[in-house]
Amino acid sequence: MALAASMPGPHLPVQEVAHWEPVLPGLIVLLPLLGFVANGILALRAAARSSAALRAGTDWDPFAGPARPRTHTLPTWIGPGVMFVAFVLALWNFAGLYGAELHDPVVVRYWTWIVTGNLQIDAAIQLDQLSMIMMLVVTGVGFLIHVFSVGYMKDDTGYPRYFAYLNLFVFFMLVLVMGAGYAMMFIGWEGVGLCSYLLIGYWFTDREKSDAGKKAFIVNRIGDLGFLLAMFLLFQAFGTLDFGPIFEGAEGRLAAGGATVTAITLLLMLGAAGKSAQVPLHVWLPDAMAGPTPVSALIHAATMVTAGVYMVARSSVLYALAPTSQAVVAGVGVLTALLAATIALQQHDIKKVLAYSTVSQLGFMFLGAGVGAFTAAIFHLMTHAFFKALLFLGAGAVIHAMHHALHKADSHEDAQDMRNMGGLKDRMRITWVVMWVATLAIAGIWPLAGFFSKDEIIWYTAAWAGAPSNPFGTLYTVYWLVALVTAMLTAFYMTRLMVITFHGQSRVDRNARPHLHEAPRVMTVPLVILAVLSVFGGWVNVPEPLAESFLGLFGALPMSEWLHHWLEPVTHDAAAIQTAALGEPVYGAPLVGGGEFAWALASTLAAAVVVLAALRALGGRKYVAAARDTAVPGGLRGILANKWYFDEAFDAGIVRPVLAASRWCWKVVDTVLIDGFVNFVGNFTRLAGWTVSLFQTGQANTYAFVLTLGVLLVLGAAVFL
Amino acid sequence: MTEILFVLFAVVALGGAFGVVLSRTPVASLLFMVATLASVAGIYVLFEAHFLAAIQVLVYAGAIMVLFLFVIMLLNLGHDYRADLKYGLWSLLALVVAGLTAGVLGQAFWGASDTGFRGDGAAVAAALDAAVREQGAAGVIAEPLFTDYVVAFELMGLLLLVAIVAAVVLAKPKT
Amino acid sequence: MLAYALLLSAALFVIGTLGVIVRRNAIIIFLSIELQLNAVNLAFVALSRYTGIEGQLFVFFVMTVAAAEAAVGLAIIISIFRHYKTVNVDRFNLLKW
Repeated sequence: MALAASMPGPHLPVQEVAHWEPVLPGLIVLLPLLGFVANGILALRAAARSSAALRAGTDWDPFAGPARPRTHTLPTWIGPGVMFVAFVLALWNFAGLYGAELHDPVVVRYWTWIVTGNLQIDAAIQLDQLSMIMMLVVTGVGFLIHVFSVGYMKDDTGYPRYFAYLNLFVFFMLVLVMGAGYAMMFIGWEGVGLCSYLLIGYWFTDREKSDAGKKAFIVNRIGDLGFLLAMFLLFQAFGTLDFGPIFEGAEGRLAAGGATVTAITLLLMLGAAGKSAQVPLHVWLPDAMAGPTPVSALIHAATMVTAGVYMVARSSVLYALAPTSQAVVAGVGVLTALLAATIALQQHDIKKVLAYSTVSQLGFMFLGAGVGAFTAAIFHLMTHAFFKALLFLGAGAVIHAMHHALHKADSHEDAQDMRNMGGLKDRMRITWVVMWVATLAIAGIWPLAGFFSKDEIIWYTAAWAGAPSNPFGTLYTVYWLVALVTAMLTAFYMTRLMVITFHGQSRVDRNARPHLHEAPRVMTVPLVILAVLSVFGGWVNVPEPLAESFLGLFGALPMSEWLHHWLEPVTHDAAAIQTAALGEPVYGAPLVGGGEFAWALASTLAAAVVVLAALRALGGRKYVAAARDTAVPGGLRGILANKWYFDEAFDAGIVRPVLAASRWCWKVVDTVLIDGFVNFVGNFTRLAGWTVSLFQTGQANTYAFVLTLGVLLVLGAAVFL
Repeated sequence: MTEILFVLFAVVALGGAFGVVLSRTPVASLLFMVATLASVAGIYVLFEAHFLAAIQVLVYAGAIMVLFLFVIMLLNLGHDYRADLKYGLWSLLALVVAGLTAGVLGQAFWGASDTGFRGDGAAVAAALDAAVREQGAAGVIAEPLFTDYVVAFELMGLLLLVAIVAAVVLAKPKT
Repeated sequence: MLAYALLLSAALFVIGTLGVIVRRNAIIIFLSIELQLNAVNLAFVALSRYTGIEGQLFVFFVMTVAAAEAAVGLAIIISIFRHYKTVNVDRFNLLKW
């Protein structure tokens, strides 16, 4: 990485740049790739041994011997190791960027990757305040999840393959967030999609799980089409795909609110909706829970699914120029948040609840990005990465324990069904505590992380609803109300999850019950670290109106509005454009009035009330184990339990017509038309050949005759013409 | 005198040609062919091409026709008296083609050449006759053959060699 | 006389062509081809009175080629006869397939 040369984008004034040299930024990206290569080689060696054993008619059990084979010990150090080094490097760069206080991104170009026509794509990475936050989240949370995986995947035969995929995912995710243009972002975008597919279908011998992988991949393709079309439009408008020139020139080249910028942003939104599981493309995410639970934590909660939010925040200038798209983004977000939260109320699979919770929280982030509160969206992205990763890893610890206990008892009950759990709090103290921390954080209980981030999104929705020339003011008011309701639903379904899983009577198989035990330390330590982050993570951006009150510990929190200031260089242009178009936001709730402090206090109190009420209402209830639970929920419950019939609607509206069309293409177009045409060509050729072959009598006289005729023709032409 | 000889030779040549095509046995055809070749050689003499006339008689009417005769006798074809003429529609078609050929050639040699060919090209002919008197009938051909056309001449030698080898290989019984 | 010689050459050529087309005997087809060659030779010789000695040179070359052709062609006929026991060209129809 010695060739890493810090160069300004062509548009940047030169004197702005010399302040800060990034430290080995390429290595941050490269390290996970190296990890992937090393683990991949180990995985191939393990696969070779396994297939050799299969040819010999036996099964290779890597854990049969007295010591684990090297292919199953080295990834323990390589996988988390590269992540740790990358995280340290990211921290180092963060410290440097923190001191430098740059106003423009630092672009590091390595080589020119594609030149065709006017299009030039460089292999370049961009370091600025936004990508730095994303790098820290990806490498930091990623490292913790890698460590957790060491314990969770310990007994899996595909151990090296798992870490290879996981490292590869981190590599692509870093390319996504560090790429200095839409093209590089797209590379990462597709790469994480690939890794998501590989990891969802990690246990590929299970048909259902590999199908889930395919579903995720295919649904994402729909979104990627939007992303691609948006890139084409961007190239047409700007002649480049680099962030710098696009955002610099956007105001000059694109008419505010015009068709072009609206089309670009809506298409980008389509891509983001696919990747970030927004309605109606959210259907893949719950199915993606087929993958190992740490994968769900890393890819389908903390990082990859937030790529859409990152993309919208990155394109903040474009979105600020297209208020219609903003309203659409916010509307899709809030609708997603509400629908997913309602579905989560009626799920029994612990991971499904968390999956819908993730979809719902992503909806909040889109709401924030949509109303122009890009900082709030990124803030929520960050805190959500903490507590949702924690929730998933905690669920992973529960599933791990359940799985082992049921396995020991030879029970075939579902280790993920909450109806089979109950009363786990006595067996898994640490998990129970940290899960409660995360639950309170996501529910928005003061002073945990989720309180500050979610509250800010809701508050900015209210504020922009009142902006004087906002054409969608009424709509924003509706968004605000729905978001409030959804926040309460969040508190409810999370409490329900905790109650059913950890409290009440144990419904675990009687024989398995004694085998339940707390996860090993390699798993609990990351949980505790994430719990700490879930508690304090929100303090980096305590809003100013709250800072001096007791909600901000009377000004004792040192980093009030820090994230806001930190991201200022990235979001500044967008904020200016938006304010110019919509007018200053009015910091007061619509309809009823009241300041941020009042509403924050009210919302956290309401959330607390909901949590307590849910504890009381659900805690006393009797639950029956999954096997004996034959009740079919009806009415609204049935609709929710069936996830608003999205899958069925897609099946009837898209899958079946496509199948029917395919069958028609097969039976009519292919067999009749195409085959008919091909056969016709063949038969016609044969007929023509047979006809012409009549001239080939095989008799020398005939040939002489025809030859003479031919010569006469030529000669006659020469003589007579 | 020349005109009378020309007409005589022409009549014999044409009659021989018809005999070649129409006679029922190969040996008869061959003899008609020899007659035609000899008359053509006579016409060569009338055109002062004495050397070619000699070769025509020696090589063509002599060597090549004898070769044909050898083959006919070798294959014992003399007994095959079956008429191998094609009659009917095919012969009509052949006549049509023959007529067309005659038309095209006649147009080329006669109809289109209202200048030049009708005269005897007196100047060229006189120069040719002078050269013959000076260098002899063979010399007048040999001179350009060994100077301007020597490459073609050598290639002819090569061709003959190849033809001999090919003939030997082809005619040799397969073992 | 030159023009008449050319006409004679044309007539000989046409007769040769007829022979090639209507006869089945390979030997006679060959003779007809020789007839055609002779017709051409005659035209060359006649025209050499008009254009110069080159016409006669060509005749020389044509004769050489005719000799080579006769040698090879007759060898082929012998070879074929050995197989078919006939020189009837209608039997030689393997090219058709």
